[in-house]
Formats: sequence, C-alpha cells, structure tokens
Amino acid sequence: MPSIVNYLWLIPALPLLAAGMIALLKQRHRSLSASLSIGSLAISLGLSIAAFVPTLGPIEGGGGVKRWVHNLDWFEFGNTTLRLGWVLDPLTAAMLVMVTFVGLLIFIYSVGYMAHDENAARFFCFLSLFAAAMLGILISNSLLLLFMSWELVGLASYLLIGFWYHKPSAAAAAKKAFITTRIGDMGFLLGLLWLYGETGTLLFYDNGNGCLEQSALNRLNTLTTAGGMGVATAISLLLFCGAAGKSGQVPLHVWLPDAMEGPTPVSALIHAATMVAAGVFLIARVFPLMDVDPANVAGSSTALSVVTWVGAVTAVFAALIAVGQNDIKRILAYSTVSQLGYMMLGLGAGGVAVGMFHLLTHAFFKALLFLGAGSVIHGCHEEQDIRRMGGLRRQMPTTFLTYAIGMMALSGVPLLFSGFWSKDEILHAASVWPVSRLPFYLGLFGAVLTAFYMTRQMFFVFFGKQHLGKEAHESPTVMTIPLVILAIAAVLVGFWGTPAWPWLHAYLTGHELHLDLSALAKSATLMLISTAVVALGMISAWRLYTRKTPSSPQALDPLEAAQPAVFGVLKNRAYIDEFYEATVIRLNHLLSVTSDVLDRFLWNGLVQLVSLMAIALASVGKALDQFVINLGFDGWCGGLKQGARGFARLQNGQVQSYLRVIGLSLVALVVVLLWERRR
Amino acid sequence: MNGWILTLLTVLPLFSGLLVLLVGSQGSRSHKLSLGLGFLPLLLVGLLWRQFDASSGAIQFIEKHAWIPTLGVDYFLGIDGLGLLMVLLSALVVPFAIAATPSSQQGRLYFALLHFLQAGLFGTFTALNFFHWFLFWELSLVPAFFLIKLWGGPERSAAAMQFFVYTMVGSIAMLLAFAALFLAANTFDFLKLAELAGSGELTRNVGAQLAGTGLTGETLMMMMGCGVLLGFAVKIPILPFHTWLPLTYSEAPTTTSMVLTGVMSKMGVYGLIRILLPIFPETLRAILTPLLWLSVATILFSAYAAFAQKDLKRLIAYSSINHLGYCLLGVFVVLQRGDASLFNDRAAALNGVILQMFNHGLTASALFCFVGFLEQRNGGARNLDDFGGLRKAAPVLTGLMGISLFSSLGLPGLNGFVGEFLIFKGALALKPWAAAFSTLGILATAIFLLTLYQRVFTGPLRRQSSWVDLSLGERLTVLPAVAAMFLLGVFPQLLLAISNPTVKRLLTQWMF
Repeated sequence: MPSIVNYLWLIPALPLLAAGMIALLKQRHRSLSASLSIGSLAISLGLSIAAFVPTLGPIEGGGGVKRWVHNLDWFEFGNTTLRLGWVLDPLTAAMLVMVTFVGLLIFIYSVGYMAHDENAARFFCFLSLFAAAMLGILISNSLLLLFMSWELVGLASYLLIGFWYHKPSAAAAAKKAFITTRIGDMGFLLGLLWLYGETGTLLFYDNGNGCLEQSALNRLNTLTTAGGMGVATAISLLLFCGAAGKSGQVPLHVWLPDAMEGPTPVSALIHAATMVAAGVFLIARVFPLMDVDPANVAGSSTALSVVTWVGAVTAVFAALIAVGQNDIKRILAYSTVSQLGYMMLGLGAGGVAVGMFHLLTHAFFKALLFLGAGSVIHGCHEEQDIRRMGGLRRQMPTTFLTYAIGMMALSGVPLLFSGFWSKDEILHAASVWPVSRLPFYLGLFGAVLTAFYMTRQMFFVFFGKQHLGKEAHESPTVMTIPLVILAIAAVLVGFWGTPAWPWLHAYLTGHELHLDLSALAKSATLMLISTAVVALGMISAWRLYTRKTPSSPQALDPLEAAQPAVFGVLKNRAYIDEFYEATVIRLNHLLSVTSDVLDRFLWNGLVQLVSLMAIALASVGKALDQFVINLGFDGWCGGLKQGARGFARLQNGQVQSYLRVIGLSLVALVVVLLWERRR
Repeated sequence: MNGWILTLLTVLPLFSGLLVLLVGSQGSRSHKLSLGLGFLPLLLVGLLWRQFDASSGAIQFIEKHAWIPTLGVDYFLGIDGLGLLMVLLSALVVPFAIAATPSSQQGRLYFALLHFLQAGLFGTFTALNFFHWFLFWELSLVPAFFLIKLWGGPERSAAAMQFFVYTMVGSIAMLLAFAALFLAANTFDFLKLAELAGSGELTRNVGAQLAGTGLTGETLMMMMGCGVLLGFAVKIPILPFHTWLPLTYSEAPTTTSMVLTGVMSKMGVYGLIRILLPIFPETLRAILTPLLWLSVATILFSAYAAFAQKDLKRLIAYSSINHLGYCLLGVFVVLQRGDASLFNDRAAALNGVILQMFNHGLTASALFCFVGFLEQRNGGARNLDDFGGLRKAAPVLTGLMGISLFSSLGLPGLNGFVGEFLIFKGALALKPWAAAFSTLGILATAIFLLTLYQRVFTGPLRRQSSWVDLSLGERLTVLPAVAAMFLLGVFPQLLLAISNPTVKRLLTQWMF
C-alpha cells in the first residue's frame, strides 16, 4: 500500500483547517486569509497528485482496479461499531486532481474578483470549507462519511450563495438551494439507512465485507421489497434522489439557476468542480449497487434506466430554457443543468467512465466559462444582461479568446475541443443503449440547442454593436491567467478519452489500454452526425442573430418575434418556479397554518374546555354550597340566631333592667301570693 | 464518599440557593455568587464521571436506606449511564442559564429559585423509588412556577397556572396508577417492579390483588400504564397534551426557558425509559401503533406549527417539541417485536434517544440564550418582523447563533446529527413507515430554522442604531456550549461510551 493512503485525509483536512483559522481571524486580514486558503489548497493539490501517481501503471495480477482503503472506528452502539474510512482508487484520484486544480485556479481568481469586498476574508473561509467538504466526499470510503461531507457541501453552498446577505434575493436563493437539495437528501438518508440495515455496513470497500463488494451485492440481489421491486433498486433510487437534488436534475433543478446570486467565483466552484459534480460522483461511486437488479430484463437495471431517462430529459429541458435567457450567468447555469443531464445519461447508458469523462471535461470548460463570465461582468461594471453588452471582443481580448474556447468546448466543436470527445462518448453509449433509442435522439437535440444558445450568447456579448453605456475594460492579470490555464486544459483534457486512445476509460475500469486508430473509423459515423448537429445549431444561431440584430437592449429577441408564445415559456423558465409556488409552497403554508390553528383552537380548545368543565363543576359546587347547604344551614342557623337573639336581649348586662325584671317579678310574685292568701 | 455523593449532589444546590438568599444582595453580587456556586455541582458530576464504571452499564453509587418501611418506601438513589448523562446535563445547563441571566434585572430570589430547581432535577434523575422520585418530580415544579409567575412576560400568571395545573393533572394520574401498583406488588422500587414486570408476575399479581374490581390483570395494567403515560405525555409533551408548552416557554423569563427546555423536558423522556418501558412493556406493546402515530404526529405537527409562529420564543418552543418527538419515536420503536437480530437496531434507537436528549438540551438552551440576547438588544421585542440584517451589525452573534441553528437542524459535524441518525437507523429497521414519515420532519425543521436565520440576520439592516455585538461576558457564556456542539458532533463516542453499556443492559433486562 502506498504510504500516501495513510495521509489521504490531509487533502480535505488542510482546507478545513484553513477555514477554521480564517474564521477566527479578524476581517481585516484579507491577504492572510487568501494566502491560507490558497496555500492549503495548493498543498492539497500536491498531495492529490502524489495520490494520483500510484493509481497509474499496470495492475498487479491483472483485472480489477487499484484500490486501497483505510478504515477506522467512529463510535459504538449495541454490539457493533460504526466505521468510517477513506479510499484511494482511480475514481477518487482523478476527481481529487480535478477538484483541487480547478478549485485552486478559482481561488486565485477570487483574489482579484473579491478585491473590493469588505468581507473578503470571510469569503475565503467559506471557499475553503466548500473545497474541504467536496474533497471529503471524494475520499470517503463510507456512505455515511460521504453523506456528512455532502451535507457540509450544502452548508458551504448556503453560506456562499447567500454571501451578499444584505440582498434579500441572495438570502432567499441560499435558503432555496439548501432546502431543495435537502429534499433529495431525505431520500439519500433513507436509502443510506436502508442499505445499512440490509448489509450491516456503510463502508464501500472493506476487504470483501463492504457494501459495494460482491458478497453484499449478491445478498441484495436476492431481496425484493413488498411491491416486487428489488431492494437494491429501491435503495439505488433513494440514493439517486440525493444525487438529483445536488446535481440539479429535473424536477429538483430549480435551485441551481438561482444560485447565481452568489459571487461569480462561487458559481464557478458550484457549477464546475464541486457541489453539482457531487451528485454525479455519488452515482459513479455506488455504480456497482445501481447495477444490481434481480429483474434485469431489458439489459439495463431499473435504477440505471431511471438515471438515463432523467438525465436525457434534463439535458433537453434545461437546454431549451437556456435559449430563452438573457442573463449571462443564467444561461450558463441552465447549460450546467443540461450538461449534468448528459452526465447522468452517460452514467446510466454507458457506465462510470462515460459519465465521469464528461464530468471532468465539463469541469474545466465550465469553470472557464464562468470565470470568463465573471471577467465580463467585472469589466462591464456588474452588468449581467447580455442584451446590454455587445462588441466586447475589442476591449477584452483575452477574455474573448478564452471564452470562445470554452464556448466551443461546451458546444462540442469537433476534434480540437474536449467537450466534443466526452459528448461523443455519451451519444455513442446512448445509441447502443438496449432499452430505448429515444435518449439518443434527445441527446442529439440537446446538442443542437447547446450550440445554438452558446452562439447566441457569444454574439450578444462579444459581437455586434456596443450597448454598454460605460467603458468596458479587461480584467487584471490575476483573473486572466486562470482563464488562460483553464482554456489550455479545456482543449487538452479531451485527448484522455478519444475512441482511438481511451486512456480514462482504461484507467477507471482497469482495462488494458491500446492505441487503436481503427476505432476512430468505427465511430466516424457518429462523429459526423454530431459535427453536423453542432454546425446546425451554430449556423442557425449565427444567421438568426446577424440578420435580425436587435437594435437596442429593449428590442424583442428575433426568436421572440418569430415565436412569442414559445419564447415566453422559455424566458419564464417553463413556469416551474411558479408551479412550485402554487403547489408545494402553498401546501406547505397551508399545512403550517392548519397546524397552528389546530393548536390554538382545537387542542388548546380541548384543554380550555376541560378547564372550563372543571370551573363549571366548581361553580356547581359553589352553587350547592351557597344555595342548598348554606341556605339550609343558614336558615336553621338564622332561626337559632333569632331565638338566641331574643334570649340574648334578656341578658344585655344592664343591671337596671335586671333589677327592673327582678322588681317587676317581685311585684308580680307579691301580687300572686297576696291573691292566693285572699282566697 | 461514594456512599453519599448523590445525596450531596442533590443537597448542594439547595444550600447554594439558601446561601444566595441569605448573603446575596440585589444586583450583580448575587449573580456572581450564584454563578460561582452553580459550578460546584458540575465539579461533583465531574468526580462522578471519573469514578463511574462506564463499561458495566449497571446502576452505581447506590444509596439505600429504609425510610417508611411499612409503605415499602426506601431512600434509594443510584445512577447508570442514562442517569449520569442527565445529571451532567442538569449540572451544565443551570450554570449556563445563570450566566446568561442579565444581572441587572433579576434579584437574588431568582437565582435561588434556579438553584432549587436544579436540586429538584438532580433528585428526579437519581431517585429509584417511586415515592422519593415523585417527591422531586413535583417539587421541581414549585421553583419553576414561581420563576414564571414572578418574572415572566405579560401573560405570566396564566402561563404559570397552566403549566403547573396541567403537569399536576398528569402527575395525579401517575400517582393513582402507582398507588394501585403498590397494592398489587407491595413495593415502590422501580427496579423490583421492573423485575416483576419482566417475569410476568406483576400482571398476575395485579389481577389477583385487585380481583374485586372484576377486571383482568391485563386491563388493569393497561389502565395504570395509561395513567403513568399521561403523566409523561404532558411533561414531554406528546401531542395533543402539548398546548401548555408554547405559552409557558414564551412567557417564562428567557433563562428559565433555557432550563425548562434544556432539562425539564427531558424528565419525561427519562421517565419513559426508566419507568414506563420497564414496568409496562406489554401494555405499551398493545398500543404501539397508536403511540407511533402520536410520535409521528408530534414531530410533523410541531414542525409545521413552528412555521406559523412569529414570536421567536414560541418558534423555538415548537422546535423543542419537534426534537423531543424524535425521542418518542426512538423510545417507542424499541418495543417493536422481532428476533434477536434486531438488537443492534434497538440499541441504535435507544442510544440515539439518549444522545438526542443530551444534545437537544445543549442546543435548545443555547438557542433560548441567543433569543435572550436578541430580546435585550431590541427592547424586549422578539417577533421575526422586528429584526433583519443583523449580520452586518453583530457578526459574532450571527455566527454563533447560526452554528446553534445548524446544530438544531442536524447538520453533520455538529452534535444534533448523530442522535438523529441513530434514532432513524433503529426506526427504519424496526418500523419503516414511522421513520419514513418522520424524515419529513427533518426537512420541515430545516425550512423553519433557515427562515428564522433569513428573517433575523439577512437582508438590509432594519435598525441602524443601538445594535452592539456580543460583549466579552456574553461570548464567554455561549462559547462553551458552541464548542461542545462541535466536540460532540465529531466525537459522539464521548457520550456513547457512557450510554451504550447502559442501553445494552436495559435491552437485555427487558428481554425482547
């Protein structure tokens, strides 16, 4: 076992430590914060490369992939111990290098972008936390540790999207992101607990006892739920809920475009290297589980079929919406959603290598595009509406050139750009998917749309007439250098996975690698089709927007003029947010009001009723006391009192009256005696 | 010293209270004195912790003396892992509440009453004989009543009255049940009663001794069990016996709310584990499904009701009900029948409950403490609409309260997560539907707590002037709690090392 495995935990721990240290610093130490943040991630990058090296090279004994794990006890309950751990395998290593590399460039870029923000120190704290959480996901050898890092990614995104907290829209977007992803996470948690219950472990790999290893998978393969669905399928689908939330798959994609409220480097980090990649990575990580299906009739497991379909629908749906957007970052956001759909499609139809290839290429060119967009926004004095830009290629040559490379990579311009190779892999996988051919056609349609909306955006921003009131300027070097590096990467990473030399595929799956030029010829048809598709999208956009140039920012989009109804729907993001507003959010509100009303009136009313009854009972008692017992008693007492008073009057203590009585009595007595004597 | 350390623990706060009353003058001197004295029980609990043999899980530090032999009443004290953690929680939260009390407002009587309340809590968590236990259970109400009645908000009289009477009604039901149980079993000893219940002898005895009623032993046990349950149901609270709580927590002075939610709410759950489950297992099993429904309803209903609240204290009060709902879920699923292979799931649920009790005590009291800080700075107003954008003016307060809110919504890495994870781990294996419904509660909790954060701390700053960040004293008050949230989030084994042996022992004794 290479010694780096023992120190793998340092890769997320260093940025985490940096985040903790910056949190304790005073706000004014901005350059120290930035250095801590960048320095720690740079060391993590070094460590990642050190971890990457041993995963290369031939596999001893042949077959399988190189994998080392390090597990440790976390806590005990009952007679069992919950264990966490980390793993080093090609999947982890490739992702580690990508995330630390792209992340580092974004961090450096942020120094320039956030130079004037008063909370820049805090920003680097959150960025480091974000990177640490994402790296935690990557090295996890335990679904629980992955879930915990996953939630921390959610926290970091919450903090960063809401970074400009004084803007109510930013605060709302942050909350929306956290809660929407958490909806998916509830499924993830249930799936995780179920898997734990069935296999007794949450470690992925544990010398044959892990939940992704053959014995556990065989056991899961024999179990079915009450509805006849395989337990493995049910667990996989629950886990996919989490992935769909984080990776913005329809219908949980709504948070991603709103996440644009954060500073642009955050958007780049969320959309390229971290967060959204986490969902795709999760599916790739638990792929052996997703692949298990006792009722595997169609040649693809139920869970993977669902992944494929959701991916295909998301790819087209988000691309359609992107066509109708005018905010430079929003277009990119929907393009991310669409590309994530492609990744899921690739994972579902073609397996880990296909999906991961697109994830990696996309990370580079999408980071490039976002940082380019940030540079544009920075240069245009915080303007984000593409209709108000125009003609920027002269003022911002570096940004323009690098952005053009990113745009061509995203659109899938043939041969030279990475997006072409990775998208081609996905389309190839979809074209031979045994279940249905429809995802393939959806993928092709999405490719047309991608080329279309990116060309439209390029045109509005860099060509045509200038609409910007103020003078635009090129961004400082600290921002353009990362752009150049990413642009070079966006071209080069494609060559890791050409059909002739599928290095990444071999690396991830452990197959042997051959240089096979004839494979290029075999896939030539598909490559021609996809070239034609991209050309179709680009040329139609170019013709549409050069011929009918909108004369002013207020003018109708040519597409809107042609199809106002359709464009309206797209512009309003297919009214999904409004739909949720009217259903989910209203239901939520209704439930809360009902609960509160029930509480105040029903439950509390019952209690009050009981207390009223007690009081009523007490009043009856009081009445009985007063009117029956007291009156009877009082009446009797009254009589007694009257009598007594009569007697008492006799004994009023006045001697003269006593004497009077005695005197009178004496007289009476004398009279009586005399009366007697006379007779 | 082991022979009387628990007695000392209970008596110590009583003396502290008296001392504060006698020596303390009005104002800050009595505050300082009270705070100093408040740490003494913590030292003693630290000593307990050191001498406690965690691995056995048995009841330790036993003190047993005959008290009223004819009634089977013993002076009987002892703690196991559960008791130790509850005693520790009481010893932590009360000084925390004393420290958080603004010294200018409350006089020496306030602090004395807090000490008396602590004595009541220690007594409840250490007594193992019903008579003795019940005495403290009721006695702890008295200081709480006066704390609310004398220093509460505008509706303090109604709140104090409702709190006292409602709890009392539950207690009377419990007292009657135990009186009947005494007739049958001739003992008030919890451990003996549990033993008798475990062997089935208790039901037979009850049937035989109370044959005059013409009811079977099972029916009688059901009546008694429900009587005891009612007592706990009010205290915890279980829906629909919860309506006293929002009023009480919101009207009570904030630092009293800290103790009420931090520790007193745990008395009920403690009672479930220590008393109800061991003595009435079959009874509870017979009504397990309705009990689980009630637990789920408590979780969901209180979470949704929390949404609708405008008053910060009421909001956190509902969130407190919601968190105790998870404890209910965890306690009740343990009763689910099943083979021995489910032992670990039961242990997970019960350990989760104990962790949840401890962690919620810490987090909820911290949240109330923060609400107190907000209230003081805002002239007593504490509606959600009264704040906004505070993060700009008070970043430290925002950060620390933010951490507590995320701890409350169960973010991994902070203390709330592990308890909930374990409860759900057990519940999903034992009663999948109950667990599945309850996850909605986790989601709802996240929504209303983040809404709170959003309304109070973000957006434009509403009041430009008069906002000051936490003072040094205030920071020192809350920092230990926040540090503990991190510590227990990363090293839950600290608590589990104490609770797990006890849980294993209890589960074996209950013989599932």
